Amino acid sequence: MTQIGEVAEPNVLKSIPSPHLPARRHCLDLDDYSRQEIEAVLQNATVMKDVMHREIRKVPALRGKSIVTLFYEPSTRTRVSFEQAGKILSADVINVSSSGSSAEKGESLYNTALTLQSMEADIIIVRHPDSGAPNFLARHLNASIINAGDGSHAHPTQALVDLYTMASHADRLEGLRVAIVGDIQHSRVARSNLWGLTKMGASVVLCAPPTLMPIDFLGGHHSRSNNPFTSVEIETSIERALEGADVVMALRLQKERQDAGNLPSLREYSRLYGLTPKLLEKARTSVIVMHPGPMNEGVEIDPAVAHGPMSVIEEQVANGVAVRMAVLYGLVPATRHRD
Amino acid sequence: MNNSGLFLIKNGHVIDPAQQIDRLGSVLIQDGAISGILGPNEDVAEADILDASGFIVCPGFIDLHCHLREPGFEYKETIASGTLAAAHGGFTTVCAMPNTNPVADTRATVDFVTSRANQDGAVRVLKIGAVTAGSRGERLVEMGELADAGVIGFSDDGLPVSNSNIMRQALSYSSTFGLPIINHCEERSLSLGSMTEGWVSNRLGLLGIPNSAEEVMVARDIGLAKLTGGRLHIAHASTAGTIELVSMAAQEGLSVTCEVTPHHLTLSEEAVLGDGHADRSFGPLGASAYDTNAKVAPPLRTRADVASLVQGLKEGSIDFIATDHAPHATVDKLTTFDKAASGISSLETALGSLMSLVHDGDITLQLLIEKLTAAPARFLGRNLGSLKSGSPADVTVFDPNKEWVVDPSAFVSKGKNTPLSGVALKGRIIATIVAGDVVYQQNG
Repeated sequence: MTQIGEVAEPNVLKSIPSPHLPARRHCLDLDDYSRQEIEAVLQNATVMKDVMHREIRKVPALRGKSIVTLFYEPSTRTRVSFEQAGKILSADVINVSSSGSSAEKGESLYNTALTLQSMEADIIIVRHPDSGAPNFLARHLNASIINAGDGSHAHPTQALVDLYTMASHADRLEGLRVAIVGDIQHSRVARSNLWGLTKMGASVVLCAPPTLMPIDFLGGHHSRSNNPFTSVEIETSIERALEGADVVMALRLQKERQDAGNLPSLREYSRLYGLTPKLLEKARTSVIVMHPGPMNEGVEIDPAVAHGPMSVIEEQVANGVAVRMAVLYGLVPATRHRD
Repeated sequence: MNNSGLFLIKNGHVIDPAQQIDRLGSVLIQDGAISGILGPNEDVAEADILDASGFIVCPGFIDLHCHLREPGFEYKETIASGTLAAAHGGFTTVCAMPNTNPVADTRATVDFVTSRANQDGAVRVLKIGAVTAGSRGERLVEMGELADAGVIGFSDDGLPVSNSNIMRQALSYSSTFGLPIINHCEERSLSLGSMTEGWVSNRLGLLGIPNSAEEVMVARDIGLAKLTGGRLHIAHASTAGTIELVSMAAQEGLSVTCEVTPHHLTLSEEAVLGDGHADRSFGPLGASAYDTNAKVAPPLRTRADVASLVQGLKEGSIDFIATDHAPHATVDKLTTFDKAASGISSLETALGSLMSLVHDGDITLQLLIEKLTAAPARFLGRNLGSLKSGSPADVTVFDPNKEWVVDPSAFVSKGKNTPLSGVALKGRIIATIVAGDVVYQQNG
């Protein structure tokens, strides 16, 4: 049986050097992950997957640790996969959501966080509609903070799930051509993927109508010093964006965008940017299609694509637990030194 | 003060832009008024002495835009604490914005501020009345009555006068009293975000506010000033485009003026990134990112905007500097960036941060003092902001080279909200004198 930290089954991830997870206190975004650390997380996820297929799905890595999931937005897959990941690693997992908690009575994020701290939470996994909420918690609490999605800012574990899913289909991430299509402006998934993919050497094209593309990307972000995103292409035409793509990632389109005036109608968006089998002909024949979920089938993605042969969307969900186990495991050294 | 009623601020570097004085000397005060400027080392028998050698001696600073929060928000600031902060910052006159609770839209509220200021105020307090009832933007206040109560202008500050017709009527009606309409220019359908729109907002995933949110309303208001002949003042100008519009209006001979804050002159959008991002790096954000103390309306802009504001100050298209001191309680800022209150507590750091422009060679010390004294006094049309004989003895003494590190917990303002915490500034107030009384003197 494979041990945690060892190289797993022959896999596209095999070329990755022996993983060594540095001590990490928080997981706020992928901006502070090195390429080596990302590789190590992906490789450990492979090992975690193996753990998940054992008869007894339990390892003691986080025994005696308490994890709180603190969700201020609805979520199914992210919250459940974190809970599952924590439980397989033997942590005690407590779920707190804004509805049904004191947040509903108007308690501030700060005071709620202090309450969790006084209950000695070791790891707080937070989802919040405001960008920067995890950074705020990391500033004020002793616990390790994992960002499970904050506003339009970041969703690092989803990006790691996406990288893992890509790596398990392609033979490399370096040079992989990834098209991300949809509401880039408001997408935390796109922002974290941008960090992850750029660090791994993938070539990224972002595609959105100009009203859903950050003005900085439209207006020559290339010129800024130290900009890690200089190779990122910006495209308003989906045909051109998909050309030669190895991976196409569709983003969820929030229905509010229509009311906010970003779009004339969902119908027009779907007509111009919806991922159809015909459009996918522009991509490589080996293309895989991804979506962070939940999908609006018929808006950003045609059901025939969502459930078609190129779709790896269900795999993304399945990989969610293993990757989040690897992320939690990566925090172990940080939480352990408190003993 | 002794019985002679004489007070000599001795051997300082006297700068009085109103009289174009810039030389070594001593300022003699008698019975609360300026008696004259003497040569260095001239002694006056029986005068109290403040040794100002090595220091700048200038007219007391005038701040035409600050928030004293009383009545209604005493947990953020009071007239007592706010005016004490002013004294610590070298300001001898401050002008209270009306966005209190209740809004200063009636004589009763304005009179309350007046009486509270007379009772508790460490420095002179002038009042601004609201433009519209409750600052709701719907119906003009009784401007005649507020003018009688002594307001120096009208503003719904904190909020813009959004309705163009109301703004037109306000400019037109207030012209009877010769008082300005001070507009917080912000087209709110464009300003749903929480910081300047650009690479930093994109990096942080925060909804941005484009410069045009300010500029479209500045352009509208200039059009209305032209239409009505009214007196328009643009509060806290923050973009290069605003400066361009205002200077065009001035060239046309319209009665349009504008002010700029110390923070918009010295800080840029990168401040929101938190520690270690001064070099606009794309390094990891970490826990100090989303600095809510850098959230302010209008937002901190790009470095290009900052450069344009400094240029506008030099070229005269910006009329004066005002702090927009906006104190908040800790709890108002102890939350996510989107939910945090906007504003910077700036009375006590204004001089130190503005002096960086002088030390960096961007502007002269004389110009800086002019924009804090003679220029706002001109706007007010009052006998303030000068060391002319017979003027009220409002004097500020400061050490232009004294280095100090900003420690918000040492602020006398109740508002500890500053993005400058831990920042080293060069330039510190030594003493502040209002009508001959020392209202602040630095210890040691």
